[in-house]
Amino acid sequence: MMLEIDNLQVSYGAVRAVKGISLTVEQGQIVTLIGANGAGKSSTLRAVSGITKASGGHIRFEGRDITSLPAHGIVALGISQAPEGRMIFANLTARENLAMGAYLRRDAPEIEKDMEYVFAMFPKLKERIDQPGGKLSGGEQQMLAIARALLARPRLLLLDEPSLGIAPILVRTIFEKIVEVNCQLGTTILLVEQNARMALSIAHYAYVLETGQVRLHGPAAGIACDEDIRRAYLGEHC
Amino acid sequence: MKRHLSKLYLLLALVAAAIIARYQSSIGPYYFQIIMYIGINVILASSLNLINGFAGQFSLGHAGFMALGAYTSAVITTSLHVSPGTAASYPVFALALICGGIVASVFGLLVGIPSLRLKGDYLAITTLGLGEIIRVIIQSLNFLGAARGFTGIAKLSNFFWVYAVVAIVIFTIANLVRSTYGRGFLAVRDDEIAAEAVGVDATRYKIIAFTTGAFFAGIAGGLYAHFVTYINPSQFGFLRSFEIVVMVVVGGMGNIAGVILAAALLTILPEALRAVAQYRMVIYALLLIIIMISRPQGLFGQRIDWGRIWRRLSKRPSPPAEGKT
Repeated sequence: MMLEIDNLQVSYGAVRAVKGISLTVEQGQIVTLIGANGAGKSSTLRAVSGITKASGGHIRFEGRDITSLPAHGIVALGISQAPEGRMIFANLTARENLAMGAYLRRDAPEIEKDMEYVFAMFPKLKERIDQPGGKLSGGEQQMLAIARALLARPRLLLLDEPSLGIAPILVRTIFEKIVEVNCQLGTTILLVEQNARMALSIAHYAYVLETGQVRLHGPAAGIACDEDIRRAYLGEHC
Repeated sequence: MKRHLSKLYLLLALVAAAIIARYQSSIGPYYFQIIMYIGINVILASSLNLINGFAGQFSLGHAGFMALGAYTSAVITTSLHVSPGTAASYPVFALALICGGIVASVFGLLVGIPSLRLKGDYLAITTLGLGEIIRVIIQSLNFLGAARGFTGIAKLSNFFWVYAVVAIVIFTIANLVRSTYGRGFLAVRDDEIAAEAVGVDATRYKIIAFTTGAFFAGIAGGLYAHFVTYINPSQFGFLRSFEIVVMVVVGGMGNIAGVILAAALLTILPEALRAVAQYRMVIYALLLIIIMISRPQGLFGQRIDWGRIWRRLSKRPSPPAEGKT
């Protein structure tokens, strides 16, 4: 098991955002967390990457307990995150942003290779390579955030709402790229998404979160067919 | 990364400072004083630029670090009865300056620790408070002269000492922030969470910024004390911290050359305005307001584009005197 979350709790002051979530991510899979606003999806992801501290429970990555590690220590283990809202370094150029993604790596020729790889994947980024990150459009920033996370060469990639605030036509492209990363690089992906239909269409396994708890989980295809889920999250009437 | 300053630059700058120092007596005392103040202010502004401009930690306590360096080094040189010109004065002065820097950087560490939890306005208020605490403590210590001030400091600072430190501070900061490692400073400034998310230890960068910045501020304090030969706590008040912050903001946060130019400009400006006597501080303040309205990113922005300036100059042999505002 690549990632194991056991009874995770996350609180912001008195507000309990995650109330005992347990889930597992198997190597090579795309696993998605879906659910409404405030269900605790992002909090779970941020606890895995160490940006938010868990107030209870355990997170194990490849058998090692990472619950109390600082965020930069978790990156070093092979987990990297494209955070929600993208969080591009606005004053650094696109290239410098990517270079920051490879901050912990010392293998310059390999980094160069990976740069070429992400430019082939997102040709738009190559056109804007010397532009400050803050000047890029929302979609370009999202691509940059994913590309930056990839430059860490993670074994587990955490994606937080990659479809948030970008044009619908780009959403499709971005999801295609997510599948591409999973297939070509073999990167395991934990994807948090509000666009449940999109997420379920590419994921192998899905967890449905509701008010800080897992309501339902199973293979993505099965979840997509579930009557209640269709009504609640996909807006369909059966 | 590109634009690294080589050790050759440092060597040349030190040699140049030593050569000019031999002829410093031929400079009129008034102008010499201004030149010395420019050097000291460049050190202060550049070191604060590391904290405010590069690491993005808004600190308002720089005068406190300066005071620590000034008093520490003054105590050392006066208790050892160093007189200027003697062979022993050079190593003792160097040692005194470094001790002043170390004491300041220890306090820089103390100020840096709250920065791990506080941000923006809160950090500014906290550093302002800590700077004032340093000043008030000195004011209450009788062996430091308390509010009467500390007199009889040997005049050990000369052109060489000040500009050697200027060269060293520029060399250190430029090479620190332009390395791949140093890009971490810019990442922390732009987005601390994203920086952590790519593996940057934000805590370490903030601590490095505060200790290094405070170290050089302490040395600047030592140079200042041994130039004016009399120091008292009121010289290191909030207004002094504020002046240094203004230099950084006017020069452009995180712009090394811009901050140096702004430090020089803002040191000369009040002197140049002496002609209008009682209105000079009004005009000084007005100019600052105009600069901030028309160039909120600082006179020189993030980076000075030397290539563009050169192209413009070579196209038009007599450039119009419109300035940069």
